[in-house]
Amino acid sequence: MGFFFHVGRYFWMLKKVFARPEKHKMYFRQLFHEIDNLGVNSVGIVIIISIFIGGIMTIQFAYSMMNPLYPSTLIGLGTRDTLMLEFSSTMLALIMAGKIGSNITSEIGTMRVTEQIDSLEIMGINSASYLILPKIIAVVFVFPFLYILSVFFGLLGGLVTGPLVGVITMPDYIEGIKWLFVPYYVTFSIIKMFVFGFLVASVPAYFGYFVQGGALQVGKASTKAVVNTNILILFFDLILTRLLLT
Amino acid sequence: MIEVKNLYKAFDGNEVLKGISTRFENGKTNLIIGRSGSGKTVLLKSILGLYEIDRGEIWYNERNFTETKEKQRKKLRQEIGMVFQGGALFDSISVEENVRFPLDMFASMTSGEKQSRVDFCLDHVNIEKQAFKLNPSEISGGMQKRVAIARAIALNPKYLFCDEPNSGLDPETATVIDKLIQSLTREFQMTTIINTHDMNSVIEIGESVLFISKGEKEWVGTKNEILNSNNKKLNDFIFANKLYAQMKNGA
Repeated sequence: MGFFFHVGRYFWMLKKVFARPEKHKMYFRQLFHEIDNLGVNSVGIVIIISIFIGGIMTIQFAYSMMNPLYPSTLIGLGTRDTLMLEFSSTMLALIMAGKIGSNITSEIGTMRVTEQIDSLEIMGINSASYLILPKIIAVVFVFPFLYILSVFFGLLGGLVTGPLVGVITMPDYIEGIKWLFVPYYVTFSIIKMFVFGFLVASVPAYFGYFVQGGALQVGKASTKAVVNTNILILFFDLILTRLLLT
Repeated sequence: MIEVKNLYKAFDGNEVLKGISTRFENGKTNLIIGRSGSGKTVLLKSILGLYEIDRGEIWYNERNFTETKEKQRKKLRQEIGMVFQGGALFDSISVEENVRFPLDMFASMTSGEKQSRVDFCLDHVNIEKQAFKLNPSEISGGMQKRVAIARAIALNPKYLFCDEPNSGLDPETATVIDKLIQSLTREFQMTTIINTHDMNSVIEIGESVLFISKGEKEWVGTKNEILNSNNKKLNDFIFANKLYAQMKNGA
């Protein structure tokens, strides 16, 4: 019963979120703030993680392909496809669910327990729409850019690390990342990022919006939000992969 | 004027408001008093429409709030100002922006007119210019309450609601807040409803006092009548404080 209650309330909240805004100008202002807060502030961590993962993947591919029969260009190809298909989309979304998701739950949850949301409602403002809609649009808009950044810096990480540790030469690596390139993988991953972006913004917003109690409950709601968002990301990853890739 | 008729509200079968009927007059500070858990906040939030009532009617002058559609409710809410117990100021924006927020959302004014209105409201609650750019977390509790009052009156409301406006404040600051609310109520001819269990507020500004106990209306009167009342529950509530017991006994 609890599951259906939450699903029903989540869709009820979404209906409120996508209602007509009171004043578009204020929503746009909020949207730019959220793009900066949730998107631009995540660029640094995305770059750092992607460089390291790209480097690590290159070394691991090189290690597992220590066979004279395999061309060394496979190392670049393996790194590229893993980054493009799974790491820079799904893994990145899981990481962002922790960073952005907990931020959204704690922000909205704190507003709920300190009566700031009631204050918006009394002013005649649709609080769900004003607080959540700009976050959803910001995250959905920013996620594909984060994906592209992650792929680029992941490949760069491999390009620097591979030759540095001596597992592959730079020309072989570059040849590998160009070899058998499938442009549809990018389309597929960007579609995934739109879906994941929606989940990463809306699910934590739900947990924050309906929190009751005080600081302790806000903390618990943040944890629940991250766990549930991660499960949903993996679930939708499975469905989208089945639908769009096989 | 706000009138409630036969108001009922229950949570999970537990009846919190049991048929309350009363009238809150225009241009007066109307106080709701009662013990913790007596239903004061539920009554206030029901009148505001934050809780859907089970039975009864709420009238804002000639408008039946219980019958109004969501769109009309939103419009009516623009005539309402609310001061929450904790201030409920938006943390992420400055004092000035907090007061400006309802104007940005609803007022058809130029930027200069909005600024004049913000200055007027903050000046009315005695906030100094240097505090305008500070964030709510950087000012004292008393100042936060005053900024919350400034934000509540920004749209020139007809109705002002205050939920324990002086809780957590020292007696001197609490009196300042009480007096401020009373003077604004008179100046702007608002219908003001204040939820409190602070007896100092009752004695200071209780032009009309509603005492509720266990969700029922127990007594209505003025601050002058309260000390001479024979209502046992009211006396138990008020004279739990020795100072007021001594006042009653003429000491």
